[in-house]
Amino acid sequence: MLLRRGLHMFSGPLRAVQRRTVNSWNYSRSLGVESILSQFKSICGEEGVSVGEAVREQHGRDESMHRCCPPDAVVFPRCVEEVSALAKLCYVNNVPMIPFGTGTGLEGGVGAMEGGVCLSLRNMDKILDLHKEDFDVTVEPGVTRKTLNTHLRDTGLWFPVDPGADASLCGMAATCASGTNAVRYGTMRENVLNLEVVLADGTIIHTAGKGRRSRKSAAGYNLTNLFVGSEGTLGIITKATLRLYGIPEEMVSAVCSFPSVQAAVDSTVQILQSGVPIARIEFLDDVMVDACNRYSSLSYPVNPTLFLEFHGSENSLKEQVEITEDITQTNGGSHFQWAQGAEDRKRLWAARHNAWYAAQALRPGCKAYSTDVCVPLSRLSHSWHVGDGNFHCLMVRALALDGTCTGEHGVGLGKRNLLVEEVGCPSVQVMQALKHTLDPKT
Amino acid sequence: MSGRVLVGVKRVIDYAVKIRVKPDKSGVVTDGVKHSMNPFCEIAVEEAVKLKEKKLIKEVVAVSCGPQQAQETIRTALAMGADRGIHVEVTGKDYESLGPLQVSKIFAALAKKEEAQLVILGKQAIDDDCNQTGQMTAALLDWPQGTFASEVTLEGDKIKVVREIDGGLETIQIKTPAVVTADLRLNTPRYATLPNIMKAKKKKIANVKPADLGVDVAPRLEVLKVEEPPQREAGVKVETVEDLVGKLKETGRI
Repeated sequence: MLLRRGLHMFSGPLRAVQRRTVNSWNYSRSLGVESILSQFKSICGEEGVSVGEAVREQHGRDESMHRCCPPDAVVFPRCVEEVSALAKLCYVNNVPMIPFGTGTGLEGGVGAMEGGVCLSLRNMDKILDLHKEDFDVTVEPGVTRKTLNTHLRDTGLWFPVDPGADASLCGMAATCASGTNAVRYGTMRENVLNLEVVLADGTIIHTAGKGRRSRKSAAGYNLTNLFVGSEGTLGIITKATLRLYGIPEEMVSAVCSFPSVQAAVDSTVQILQSGVPIARIEFLDDVMVDACNRYSSLSYPVNPTLFLEFHGSENSLKEQVEITEDITQTNGGSHFQWAQGAEDRKRLWAARHNAWYAAQALRPGCKAYSTDVCVPLSRLSHSWHVGDGNFHCLMVRALALDGTCTGEHGVGLGKRNLLVEEVGCPSVQVMQALKHTLDPKT
Repeated sequence: MSGRVLVGVKRVIDYAVKIRVKPDKSGVVTDGVKHSMNPFCEIAVEEAVKLKEKKLIKEVVAVSCGPQQAQETIRTALAMGADRGIHVEVTGKDYESLGPLQVSKIFAALAKKEEAQLVILGKQAIDDDCNQTGQMTAALLDWPQGTFASEVTLEGDKIKVVREIDGGLETIQIKTPAVVTADLRLNTPRYATLPNIMKAKKKKIANVKPADLGVDVAPRLEVLKVEEPPQREAGVKVETVEDLVGKLKETGRI
């Protein structure tokens, strides 16, 4: 069996990826899958296997602009034992496997580039083992972040990592997702305590040990974080144990506009340096603010703008806000526009969350290529000058500024060439070695 | 005016749970299933707490009728900001057959006993969808009612209620004491935070039996059976328009 090729595509620097046409593929590989379809059905039941065109197309695309690459079949396992049996079967028959959560990824990670079987994990949707006093919970891949938070709402706990989509939590672990709250609560990397993973040959492992959920451990290699961000290339995640946080007593949001990008960046750096545990801090440049104003019928001043959110007790908020306002005003920032009640804050952040659609609306008829780069804060204003057009340029520039070509979406299909440039050949070779060890038939 | 508001909170199966009908068709499976406060009751509690925060009323009392587990629901209301709770103990067969008529009698008795200025309830519960308790309570007390409220404004000894109705919105003014039932758009309920959950543990919940309030909870209704909606049948493809018309006539659709 082959897990998705991913990193194996490189044996040297920047080799162009050959893409055979879908038609020539379909014939040869579908024969292989045909012969084991009945065995799939004996594992997942008659209803658990589909070769319908619509179902396959649905599972061959995500929310990026990458072309749909439908698999030859889609299976719907109901438990980890079925996933393991499916993996064993595919391993023996050299059939590629693609795990599928909610299909909300942004980098083309679910395309069946070499055909094979898509394992849709949506029927494994239980929330298990909530430990309120230990602040942890274990979830199956069909559980999305909003479903989990709805389940937790009476306990005073929540899972704060909030990528735009209502994504599968195990999928978020696989892509090391992040969200607007990352500045205070971290990304998936910091918040996954344990994973249950099915390897290429069907072996089931628990990266931190079965049922274990310690906040810290010095036992063995950090397998949990090896799989976090592995984008489905090293194994299929079937359970994730997550770290939870207390729902903040109070939340208050504010918007502040600045005379220049540099002023906004300086403010951000100083806010972080001052030790304010700011929960969200998001930057929109004047073009984006204008787009958001038009799209959401708002009237923010068309200037580089920071959207801020503070979490804490009433007293702590007063202090955080005082310090922050002091900093922003020193940098020429405007007075804060406030939102405290849940409805007001929703409206304020809706502007930021709709930025994606607002940008597309700026040029009707155009599709947008979404991506994400991450540079050290201090270099942000240098990168901004090329931010309004050519995205490839932007990614290369991000690398040139000590940043990464992907802050939270993952490498996926579009950024494989850039991975070599970012981490260097020796690191890629270590990654390839790991991939070979865990997926020998690749 | 006492400045006291009574809020009813009902413990129901959580709205996110997939409901399953018991094999004997006597009801739905409740064992081991997640329960939580009825969403419309959450909105009612939020409105009461908001009124207290605006200093328009003095005390919020959360009331729930049911077995021991009803106390969890009252605790959630306390964590949202209610001041104290009243648990009206109803168990076993009585609880299975408890419905709006008995509950409204209990609320009417409590409203008089506690000298409440206002009773706020959710417009309906998501398990039985009765939408009767608020209206019956008002009738028993002979109080005015503002149901399906999407906006509530206290104006001295009167309340202005904007109601959601089929044609749009209706604004009425009613005198207190009154009964209001909360509709979806009245507000967005706050989450219970950990510090507030801890504080709620110290708040008092009084225990009362229906008999103490002079209420007879004997049922007047008997549930005969509960069934799932019929399974969706496969569609039928036809070759021509004539076939389609023929099939529609066959099944009596036209």
